[in-house]
Amino acid sequence: MASSNSLMDSLFQRSLEDLIKGIRLHLLGESSFISKSVDEIRSEIKLTDLSTKSIALQKLSYLAALHGVDMSWAAFHAVEVVSSSRFGDKRIGYHAIAQSFSDQTPVLLLITNQLRKDLNSSNEYEVSLALECLSRIGADDLARDLTSEVFTLLGSSKAFVRKKAIGVVLRVFDKYPDAVKVCLKRLVENLDSSDPHILSAVVGVFCELTTKDPRSYLPLAPEFYKILVDSRNNWVLIKVLKIFAKLALIEPRLAKKVADPICEHMRRTVGKSLLFECIRTVLSSLSDQESALKLAVAKIRDFLVDDDPNLKYLGLHALSIVAPKHLWAVLENNEAVVKALSDEDLNVKLEALHLLMAMVNEENVSEISRILMNYARKSDPLFCNEVITSLLLACSRNSYEIVVDFDWYLSLLGEMARIPHCQRGQEIGHQMIDIGTRIKDVRLELVRVSRSLLIDPALLGNQFMHPILSAAAWASGEYVEFSKTPYEIAEALLQPRTSLLPPSIRAIYIHSTFKILVFSLRGYFTAQEPISPPLVQESTSSGSSAVNCFTYKSISSLMNMIELGLRSLSGTLDVEVQERAKNVLGFIGMIEHEIAEKVTGQDNETAVSSAIVFMEDVFSDELGPVSSTAQEKVPLPDGLEIKENLEDLQEICGEFLKPIFESNSNTNSFSASDKISFSVTKLSIRDQQEASSSSSPPPESASLLAEHRKRHDLYYLSSQKKDEHNDSNGNNNTLNEYPPANEISGDSFNPKKKMNQSKPRPVVVKLDEGDDDLKTKPNASSNDEPLSRAIQTALMGKGMGKEREKDNHEKILDSGIKEQSSGKEKKTKKKNGEKSSKHRSRRRSDKEASAAKPVEIVDFLL
Amino acid sequence: MIKAVMMMNTQGKPRLAKFYDYMPVEKQQELIRGVFSVLSSRPENVSNFLEIDSLFGVDSRLVYKHYATLYFVLVFDGSENELAMLDLIQVLVETLDKCFSNVCELDIVFNYSKMHAVLDEIVFGGQVLETSSAEVMKAVEEISK
Repeated sequence: MASSNSLMDSLFQRSLEDLIKGIRLHLLGESSFISKSVDEIRSEIKLTDLSTKSIALQKLSYLAALHGVDMSWAAFHAVEVVSSSRFGDKRIGYHAIAQSFSDQTPVLLLITNQLRKDLNSSNEYEVSLALECLSRIGADDLARDLTSEVFTLLGSSKAFVRKKAIGVVLRVFDKYPDAVKVCLKRLVENLDSSDPHILSAVVGVFCELTTKDPRSYLPLAPEFYKILVDSRNNWVLIKVLKIFAKLALIEPRLAKKVADPICEHMRRTVGKSLLFECIRTVLSSLSDQESALKLAVAKIRDFLVDDDPNLKYLGLHALSIVAPKHLWAVLENNEAVVKALSDEDLNVKLEALHLLMAMVNEENVSEISRILMNYARKSDPLFCNEVITSLLLACSRNSYEIVVDFDWYLSLLGEMARIPHCQRGQEIGHQMIDIGTRIKDVRLELVRVSRSLLIDPALLGNQFMHPILSAAAWASGEYVEFSKTPYEIAEALLQPRTSLLPPSIRAIYIHSTFKILVFSLRGYFTAQEPISPPLVQESTSSGSSAVNCFTYKSISSLMNMIELGLRSLSGTLDVEVQERAKNVLGFIGMIEHEIAEKVTGQDNETAVSSAIVFMEDVFSDELGPVSSTAQEKVPLPDGLEIKENLEDLQEICGEFLKPIFESNSNTNSFSASDKISFSVTKLSIRDQQEASSSSSPPPESASLLAEHRKRHDLYYLSSQKKDEHNDSNGNNNTLNEYPPANEISGDSFNPKKKMNQSKPRPVVVKLDEGDDDLKTKPNASSNDEPLSRAIQTALMGKGMGKEREKDNHEKILDSGIKEQSSGKEKKTKKKNGEKSSKHRSRRRSDKEASAAKPVEIVDFLL
Repeated sequence: MIKAVMMMNTQGKPRLAKFYDYMPVEKQQELIRGVFSVLSSRPENVSNFLEIDSLFGVDSRLVYKHYATLYFVLVFDGSENELAMLDLIQVLVETLDKCFSNVCELDIVFNYSKMHAVLDEIVFGGQVLETSSAEVMKAVEEISK
């Protein structure tokens, strides 16, 4: 029964063609058809007849490649199929293996013997099948076991086989570095071959190897040089150029030598690919060679004006390689770059954008941004956002190094916010706050820009605008003293459409409204005091001139409006919004009737007015930028145990230590910018609370705190800040009051030397964070070390006749060889031994070797 | 090194897909779809190169060519020259043309193994092996015997 079943199956087995036809017919029920076929395949593949198996396997590979069916379960069957003597079956089997096997496949080792047999076969196509399979799935053990076969094939007379063997060497070296000892010699011999196919295969392999580890292949430079000069085959030349690009970077003398042949090629060749590669090599590695560089840049110009979009793109790409060191090349081709901004190809546009950004400096930043903003408004969202991002990045680099006129920059930010496609709200908002906190002189402009943003109801609907709006709201509240029309701002902050905002931003709005209210009240009260005119002058800002004489009418209308606006919010679901609304309403309620009375009485010292004074002081503290590493820099005071378990303390003072922070939370949660750390402000607010008599924190904790403070006064923030703050705002010296935690060095104030600006560049507070540069990747990973070492010792150990070897080289060589031979013995002793210990010992010797002189370059190249 | 070779039609159905770095089949399908979505949004008369670091890892580029209803895609990294890769696609298509005389998509659909034979002669383990279509033809004919 079973046999007749199998007979039936094998007779009626669907071939691959039938399968494909079937899939095409079942356009609608494709997945069910496929799963049905997979079931069929599963039963077919278990049969013993090899040809049936192989056809089933072929179908499965097809489904796996094109329809995503998993075929890892068929691994063992693939191994069986490969052992067939028929070439067709073998081919199918190897194809399946190459496609689906990985390092984790359990049956991987089973094919070793089969591979070996096929590699030794006389049929060159079988050999090539095996080689191909090895090249794609070669794992460490396979590579190790089959190295000798590969070695033989490297010397094979059939070019067809040899070039494939060369190709496979790459994989073998990668997985099993010791193969170098065996194969490298043959590989290098092939460099001399006259057959162009072999040559291109060899240089291809060396190109890959050199990319990973250039230093080890320097001794082969003379061979490559010969090829560079002699060969006429473009493919070969391209690869050799790439090799030299990597080698010349580490060996400058090579650059000089190689520049001339490359220039020759550039002049002579017709092939654009070779020309481009020459250009690229010159620009990336030979940029010190004057004549070569000039020639290359001239050729780039031809690329740029060509109609072919590919060439244009490549030309721009090449320019961007050379931009960092030789900006003149970019500037020469200015118009081409700007023209490219309006090209329809996105790639070209992006390259042009990057080049333009590379050209930007202090003088042309406003011009360039004007051009770019025009483009941004006209283009699709993707490019528009790219433009905005790169502008933001360029301007904010190094603490806004290239921006001289910050008023202009702020208006630019406002413009960006208005662009319909803008999605960079986060960054814009962050920069607005950043600039506001760091630069005092620009706060007036900031408030002006914020006002226009806040008033516009259309922006509220756009969710990308929200971070910007929250920044604007925060700035308006914090720097309300600069504003001319606080009433208008408060109105804008409370407009009905703000219900579209998310609760966190709404909370900021309410809080800013609170600040405006306090400011206005303070203004009202001080206006009432005829005795202290200087105080009036101080509290009105340097920027605004008019309207700080608050009348009773204006104050009460302000309060009424705020009350009206917030009353509806006192019942919202969101706790933050509700709490803040209630705070403000409560405050208003508290002082309302007092204000009314105030009209009649002239009593300065009412509880209300001192409450107002207090509240204003709360908000008058200047928030400065704090470096993110500031907290770590606070030195630990002696005797202060941070890491100890404080539970004992809890026992002692449990009843007395009530958390102080609750009463502060309403007044200080500035959630606008998370970059600003709150440690500074919280501490200072607490100081002020103690100092002022109007609030009464629990007495025990205050005394504990006072005691601690007495002992460690040096490390506390000065609590005199609030008095000195009302001095002139533009004074640089206020920064002396900042605690040592903020390390602001004196020389970060470098006033611009340009006198042709109408105003001097304002001072930007810098922090010592340093740039967040991406760390460069370490070059050689630990896997490559054994390989590079093996290559080095192999190339040196061969004693490439013409080289003059110094003594220390020989010494290291000896030690290297000794290590190697001992390593080899160790290896043969225990096959599955610890590779790691061997590697460790080798690594040590490698460190010695690399500590010595670098690899000697051949004489005649110097 | 070449990371992948793909042929897909203008609806996104893959006709041939070969990856030279191992990855599981789901990932392969994902990449194919990813590439298709990028390609389908390209207008005509633009350059044939794309950077696709997001799909294939650092320093990956792809070159594509649109012939009739098929996209030929080659994914490679920094050790290959872009224009040379464009030429390679040309070589591939010419060889297929010689193989099948006036090749069309249907030929590619129904001749899965021959396609792979041709491709395997041109690209070997991620390296370009052969760039003359005559040579490739010779080899493929031998194999098919």
